[in-house]
Amino acid sequence: MTPRSPRAAHARLLDEIGAVDLVGVEERVAKFATRSIKKASKVWGLRMAVSMTDLTTLEGKDTPGKIESLCRKALRPHDDPSVPHVAAVCVYPSMVRHARRWVAGSGVRVASVATAFPSGQTHYRTRLAEARGAVADGADEVDMVINRGAFLSGDFARVQDEIAGVVEACGRAALKVILEVSELETYDSIRAASFLAMEVLRPGDFIKTSTGKTALNATLGSNQVMIEAIRDFYLDRGVAIGMKPAGGIRAAKQALQYLIAVKETLGDAWLTPRRYRFGATSLLNDLLRQLERERTGAYQAPYYFSEAAESY
Amino acid sequence: MPARRRATVRPRAALIFGDLWEFDPAPETADPRLRARYELFIGGSFVRPRSGRYFDSINPANERKLAEIALAGPADVDAAYQAAARAFRPWAATPGRERGKYLFRIARLLQDRAREFAVAETMDGGKPIRESRDFDVPMAAAHFFYHAGWADKLDYVAPGRSVVPLGVVGQVIPWNFPLLMLAWKIAPALAMGNCVVLKPAETTSITALKLAEILQDADLPPGVVNFVTGAGETGALVMGHPAASKVAFTGSTEVGKAIMRQLAGTDRRMTMELGGKAANIVFDDAPISQAVEGVVDGIFFNQGHVCCAGSRLLVHEPVADEVVSKLKNRIRVLRVGDPLDKNTDLGAINSRRQLGTIRRLVASGVREGAVMFQPPCRLPERGFYFPPTLFTGVTQSHRIAREEIFGPVLSILTFRTVDEAIEKANNTAYGLSAGVWTDKGSRILRMSTELKAGVVWANTFNRFDPSSPFGGYKESGFGREGGRQGLLDYARVAGEGAP
Repeated sequence: MTPRSPRAAHARLLDEIGAVDLVGVEERVAKFATRSIKKASKVWGLRMAVSMTDLTTLEGKDTPGKIESLCRKALRPHDDPSVPHVAAVCVYPSMVRHARRWVAGSGVRVASVATAFPSGQTHYRTRLAEARGAVADGADEVDMVINRGAFLSGDFARVQDEIAGVVEACGRAALKVILEVSELETYDSIRAASFLAMEVLRPGDFIKTSTGKTALNATLGSNQVMIEAIRDFYLDRGVAIGMKPAGGIRAAKQALQYLIAVKETLGDAWLTPRRYRFGATSLLNDLLRQLERERTGAYQAPYYFSEAAESY
Repeated sequence: MPARRRATVRPRAALIFGDLWEFDPAPETADPRLRARYELFIGGSFVRPRSGRYFDSINPANERKLAEIALAGPADVDAAYQAAARAFRPWAATPGRERGKYLFRIARLLQDRAREFAVAETMDGGKPIRESRDFDVPMAAAHFFYHAGWADKLDYVAPGRSVVPLGVVGQVIPWNFPLLMLAWKIAPALAMGNCVVLKPAETTSITALKLAEILQDADLPPGVVNFVTGAGETGALVMGHPAASKVAFTGSTEVGKAIMRQLAGTDRRMTMELGGKAANIVFDDAPISQAVEGVVDGIFFNQGHVCCAGSRLLVHEPVADEVVSKLKNRIRVLRVGDPLDKNTDLGAINSRRQLGTIRRLVASGVREGAVMFQPPCRLPERGFYFPPTLFTGVTQSHRIAREEIFGPVLSILTFRTVDEAIEKANNTAYGLSAGVWTDKGSRILRMSTELKAGVVWANTFNRFDPSSPFGGYKESGFGREGGRQGLLDYARVAGEGAP
């Protein structure tokens, strides 16, 4: 093992950030699922989850019309005007300008995936150009994917340099770095990739679990490993990075479990859309359904809630 | 001359665990179906105590009376032993597969009434409903299931040799896991063909007497299991009764020693599961966040009322600061309060007396110069509660490092080398359990052979399984419970001297 070999880089990083034990993580997150959230605390959590949602459509068949309906849903998730608007709409770069038209000035931000989402498998210069283009069209936030191939072959420097390049391309837009946890597989790798990203991110940027385009998306376990990385990084360097689990969170009950994990791991300062987001679409109507359940005492039929999209 | 660089002083980053998102009360509402008065369970029915006396069982969470419990005197204990002795021959002669059916039936009836038993256990003992629901009751049922499976396979307990039951067994159990300890004690005894006289702890008799209802429903032959209730005097009568072929005791080392003195020179067999002062050893290569979780689980599970609790944390000096600061953050989010609330992590201390013991030992820690940390938490006004407590700067000679506190109090010591860790871990009169946290497999193997403890957990803590024998070294007792070894403690192997 030479000092410059990929294995050496890997060993150094893992040595610095420490190991993760899979069994221990699973045991910790199982406890979040035993919490029982009732009444006012449930309503608070549901509304917070609505306000943290990045309402998403990422499909080949997206059109300006589809984006309009997504944006209108984002601005007014439910007939009840006291329900907050969502945090952002998340779309492909070509749809940014259409989204911009509907949500500009409303508080709902426009997020764009970029850098050859979801695989990232194109030239670096093309990926950078895509990010710049999205920002130029008015994206407030950019969701990039990391170079998983480089990561898995041990070329950590390249992974980090590319992230740093996209940070620069973002300018004032916030950046969310998608690790695609299902392709990294182990919790050790997820922790390592989290640190690689956070070391070049700015306060207010995010790390994100998944694209939603693979078989396995966000889990409470991967969320836990990443928020513990955020916690350790914050306590060590004083830089607060945000977190976005994405994909697979469809039920309000799941969303509350994620928020309990945040409350008990990162504390109150992360219970805000500025530091925590859900990448989701169908979740939103379940949150609304549960809010109506709390308000009226009965579950309403699905057709009482406007459809947004059938993406993840 | 270059300008002096101004030091940029960054405020130390800290996490805020405040009240932004408070949880509403989420009480478990299942009916525990308690009786106002519980009699003794002798010869298959509930009988009034010949002593004519009763004592109160209270809920430690609010000090309210739950029920009256019969106080067994010498005549009652005699009656229980006579009933057991009468039941022994037919029970021992019952084929194993038939005895197994009774045990399966008990296990299933307990599962059917799991919520009811969980609530009763929590009200009587003070432990969080999350634990009685997810651990105590399911684990008690698991022990009945496991031993039901053994009942028709006893030829294989000691391969090549035959086993026979001992006779009537006297058993005394503690208040920390009332139903589970009862299952640990009676399931192997019955599977092997013994009959039982058991005394639960005086503060937690209710679930034993509720289980007596299940024994009736299961049609267990009268006298096979008898419950006599009362305090220490009743326990001494059960342990000292001449009709007992064997006594099994779980409780404090002090009482265990008294029983051993009482029975010295008799031919009665004994097993003792006594106190502990377990070391949880965290090395610098451990997965720190998970180790912290395991340390928290190890000492705050059941308010620390656990004989195998990891009450001493031995932490490798290079990671000591990190581990301690993570521990402090972790215990800030422990929820202390109403045990019946589903979100409660730390419930009530079992009794006023135990609360007094904990307070006394904590005061000694402060007096002897250890540094105490308790997170801010609001304790209920009524009932017996104690906040999760850490002590740093503890040395081997502090009382809080030597004596079993049996409460939510963790003493933190540091070490530099593996040898030092082993030496410190073994420097105790006890030897029930230990925990090792490291990424290095070979170190785990070495520690598991050198630590003088009955159970050594690696990268986890407080894991139990009916098939895994549990028991101690040194003053933590002798004999095993669970697994093949636990069964053998209730049998005479052919060729051994007859008692």
